[in-house]
Amino acid sequence: MKERKEIIEIKNLNKWYGDFHVLKEVNLTVKKGEIIVVCGPSGSGKSTLIRCINYLEQFQEGSISVEGIDLVNDVKKIKAIREEVAMVFQHFNLFPHLTILDNLTLAPIWVKKMPRKEAEAMAMKYLERVGIANQATKYPNQLSGGQQQRVAIARALCKNPKIMLFDEPTSALDPEMVAEVLDVMIELAKEDKTMVCVTHEMGFAKKVADRIIFMDAGQIVEENTPEEFFQHPESERLKLFLEQILSH
Amino acid sequence: MAVYSKKETRKAPSNVKGLTFWLRENLFSSPFNVALTLLGVMLLVWVIPPFIKWAYWDANFAGSTREDCTGGGACWVFIRMKIDMFMYGFYPSEFRWRVNTVYGLFLVLIAAFRYLKSPMFKIVSAHVYFIAGFILVHGGLAGLEVVPTDKWGGLMLTIMVAAVGIVSAFPLGVILALGRASHLPIIRSLSVTYIEFIRGVPLITILFMSSVILPLFFPEGMNFDKLLRALIGIAMFEAAYIAENIRGGLQSIPKGQYEAADAIGLSYWQKMFLVILPQALKVAIPNLVGVSIALFQDTTLVLIIGLFDLLAMVRLSAADSYWLGYETEGYVFVTFIFWFFCYMMSNFSQKLEKRFNTNLRK
Repeated sequence: MKERKEIIEIKNLNKWYGDFHVLKEVNLTVKKGEIIVVCGPSGSGKSTLIRCINYLEQFQEGSISVEGIDLVNDVKKIKAIREEVAMVFQHFNLFPHLTILDNLTLAPIWVKKMPRKEAEAMAMKYLERVGIANQATKYPNQLSGGQQQRVAIARALCKNPKIMLFDEPTSALDPEMVAEVLDVMIELAKEDKTMVCVTHEMGFAKKVADRIIFMDAGQIVEENTPEEFFQHPESERLKLFLEQILSH
Repeated sequence: MAVYSKKETRKAPSNVKGLTFWLRENLFSSPFNVALTLLGVMLLVWVIPPFIKWAYWDANFAGSTREDCTGGGACWVFIRMKIDMFMYGFYPSEFRWRVNTVYGLFLVLIAAFRYLKSPMFKIVSAHVYFIAGFILVHGGLAGLEVVPTDKWGGLMLTIMVAAVGIVSAFPLGVILALGRASHLPIIRSLSVTYIEFIRGVPLITILFMSSVILPLFFPEGMNFDKLLRALIGIAMFEAAYIAENIRGGLQSIPKGQYEAADAIGLSYWQKMFLVILPQALKVAIPNLVGVSIALFQDTTLVLIIGLFDLLAMVRLSAADSYWLGYETEGYVFVTFIFWFFCYMMSNFSQKLEKRFNTNLRK
């Protein structure tokens, strides 16, 4: 793999919820264009970790820098980082009072001050890409879960972000709808976007991930290429985890 | 193992629809229900015919004096002779066209709202309406003679107090609700203190305070208009209740909406005004209209600080020695007017709810 620039650098990250130590000394470097899959049992801190990257969660110790910008509690810096980082949520979090098109154009129009016509043309382009351009005038609740998640991905793309964060994007979906969302994500992975995905879709991980990170009890336990990760897991905890999720 | 073929859909059987089905389901489904239905019918028979007899069959509509009321029923002549008082109070009759013009302009405003999509234009036209309405009714500009506020009265005053009260309390209520939901401790505790203080005090007290105590804080000789003081008091009072209703709406918005708005890079105010408040207000519509209806009825309290609203005008007219004994007609009339306006607001609320309902199914 050719040498690439670091885009996310997480150093000695520690976070507590009250007395509960959720993230313990997490170190992670992501290079530009890398696809990282984060997995682990529930409560292991994987969602919390990626939510720290765009400051939806505050942390108490350590540092995160994104594109060279240090993430500190400063409105300007947070805004600058959120310009570069887009997020797709487990429960889509589309805005139910706005049409699909308005969901997509909200940030371009208000944050990037793009003219409405231009924003709508761009939104339609992304809706086309996720295959739901014909639903643009509908409201989110009129769409199926899979369609809503694809809209959410299109909304994230509308910011033209350098980094895409996915927080369990398929966990809330009916089994029949998982594939359509994963297909869109696989397409995205072929481009030069940096992606950090929290997911249990091991097929997806095998197919597209550059590295897989396994977390347990708030720390990174193992980090490896997909082949090594599945073929030669080292820690007992990962062996047990793989046994459980791959046995079905 | 078995494989089943696809079943055709059939029409519903006839015994699950139609009038008899509806009657059986809704009025006579159980012995208790049958008893309730019969009791209800009896109550209607007992109340409605006598009322119609009094209000219509035995009533007198024509004429202009007491002596014209000979039927033994309602004497609507009284209402007819006093209607100008009820509608305009002591507003000079030669200037009443100005009030009527404001009513007419309201219809124009509604039409404008319907045809103009831009929210900016709606806000501007509503402001223009309120300012133009004030100038028309009050006068003093554009060659219009001044009609001092102590001449205003009747339904016109009722509507004005309610409308100005609701419209000016609304922005204040939104700010207070956001303040109460804020993470900044000083702003939050200021909002909480204000809301809880106002909610702990009856409207009458606030009206007394604004009309008696407030002037004590102003320099000698500075005379604040009585109506204006009442309006300020009412707006401050209503704002607290509106804030609480909006807060209820705010609490119903899932955390994910805030996170999604943050994640796409909206600022605090953009997040609130573009994402959170539109949804919160939608949830709060029924309660906000409830507050508005309550305020419309509470305007009758301005009597105690010497303003003559519709109810006060009717009482005053019924005390007229020539028309003594016809207060029933007056109160029935007031009841009808109040019911009409409140019913319209209630209907409007349901229309709004339907219009903003985006929770549609496929």
